[in-house]
Amino acid sequence: MTNFPIDKIRQDFPILQRKVNGKPLVYLDNAATSQTPKQVIDCIVEYYSLYNANIHRGVHTLSQEATDAYEAAREKIRVHFNAKHPEEIIFTSGTTEGINLVAHGFSKRLKKGDEVIVSALEHHSNIVPWQMMCEETGAKLKVLPMLPSGDLDMKAYADLVNANTKLVFVNHISNALGTINPIKEIIEKAKSVGAAVLIDGAQAAPHIKADVQALDVDFYVVSAHKMCGPTGVGVLYGKKTWLEKLDPYQGGGEMIDQVRFEQTTYAGLPHKFEAGTPNICGGIAFGAAIDYMNTIGFEAIAQYEHDLLVKATQALLEIDGLKIYGTAKEKTSVISFNIEGIHPYDIGTIVDKLGIAVRTGHHCAQPIMDYYEIPGTVRASFAFYNTFEEVEALVQAVKKAKEMLS
Amino acid sequence: MNTIKEIQEEIVGEFSMFDDWMQRYEYMIELGKSLPLIEEQYKTDDYKIKGCQSQVWVHADFKEGKVVFTADSDAIITKGIIALLVRSFSHQKPEDIIAADTQFIDEIGLKEHLSPTRANGLVSMIKQLKMYAIAYQAKANN
Repeated sequence: MTNFPIDKIRQDFPILQRKVNGKPLVYLDNAATSQTPKQVIDCIVEYYSLYNANIHRGVHTLSQEATDAYEAAREKIRVHFNAKHPEEIIFTSGTTEGINLVAHGFSKRLKKGDEVIVSALEHHSNIVPWQMMCEETGAKLKVLPMLPSGDLDMKAYADLVNANTKLVFVNHISNALGTINPIKEIIEKAKSVGAAVLIDGAQAAPHIKADVQALDVDFYVVSAHKMCGPTGVGVLYGKKTWLEKLDPYQGGGEMIDQVRFEQTTYAGLPHKFEAGTPNICGGIAFGAAIDYMNTIGFEAIAQYEHDLLVKATQALLEIDGLKIYGTAKEKTSVISFNIEGIHPYDIGTIVDKLGIAVRTGHHCAQPIMDYYEIPGTVRASFAFYNTFEEVEALVQAVKKAKEMLS
Repeated sequence: MNTIKEIQEEIVGEFSMFDDWMQRYEYMIELGKSLPLIEEQYKTDDYKIKGCQSQVWVHADFKEGKVVFTADSDAIITKGIIALLVRSFSHQKPEDIIAADTQFIDEIGLKEHLSPTRANGLVSMIKQLKMYAIAYQAKANN
């Protein structure tokens, strides 16, 4: 792809100028957290410099300005994910909190005999809250298995779904392997038996613009920090009909209508789920991050990242003994790999010394590692601000590591 | 037998011959090959050190008032690190192991491994070796 404005984009990210261990930083751990463009950094500085105040309660000007900016961010996020109503966008501390919020709500609604389905490709944060929910309710946790390619076994899925299925939770994209899951098909099948679906969109949000209405998904959760925003903030999209049914997750200020010692009534959506002072600046900066990414354009981003993926995959596979885990046809710019006879931790340590940031380990997805019978992998995950030269730097570093460690 | 301090000074001396990190790492990997290996029967969860991305097992014996360590790891850099620790702590009295510092790791240019967040668990390894020493000291005093 020749017309992608990579040089201009890189100038937006101050951190990309720094050196690590005396070498220019090559940041390939984007699936863990993305870097922050100056447009978002400026937004944060501006908030604290000009209109830092608590929201939704003060009558003073600053409070009003902060409230307006926060609600404007909610609206931007609504438009981005094409939610029908702004109150369907609940600010959270991140994907994990979004999932816990829904699991908490369902723990009051499920009973023994009910079944819920989790995919084998999940991050621990989309497994453990549901296990806790199942323990509390007696509902049964069933696993939608994976195939050697890193795809989900959709035939097995069809057999798993039945009249007892109440809830299905699957990630849009696997953080460990990069597989893009067929969520449309998963949702349709779940709907056919009246089950609700939660999609963990943490890994998808930086690459794909999800349309929650077109998907007809019940819950979609994301984190800002995976898509150029700050840490500690995210969003839960929930269909209004569901959010109205679920009990609040946390009690506190802001989520109430009236408080009496005899009884408290809850505020309406979205405030019912937003107890306490939220991450105001984070929410506003999340809006700025979404603006930034949309300015570049998700189609252009996806195409450019795909080109990086193809180039990196080809070049890495030329290294003797290197095996890539996750070879699904539909995948994002994530490459999980090992070299025969070498521990992923050793490779990660050496390439870090060469200035390259990759992730090593089980990537909070131990069931996937157990499936492949490996302790972990080295994972390089690319973003739209990475370059083809950085792909080459990775390949050279991995070769060097192999030479030292063999 | 040299004291812990003397052994650590010896290690620092060996590493000072190298002028870049690559050679230091290569030497550390080399040292890993001379690590007194733990017997296979002890390569179980009971002997595994928690907090490491790679697997590390350590076993300790108490012979003639001294602690004797054996260990292993499935990652060779980690194996090199544990080898450095075992070399400086093994065949020493419990009280000397408990009192010893591990500043030499910093001096040989492997400071980054001392960070408590570092996934190789060097800090956990040091703690575990000292725990063995404390346990044997308590046993000896009883």
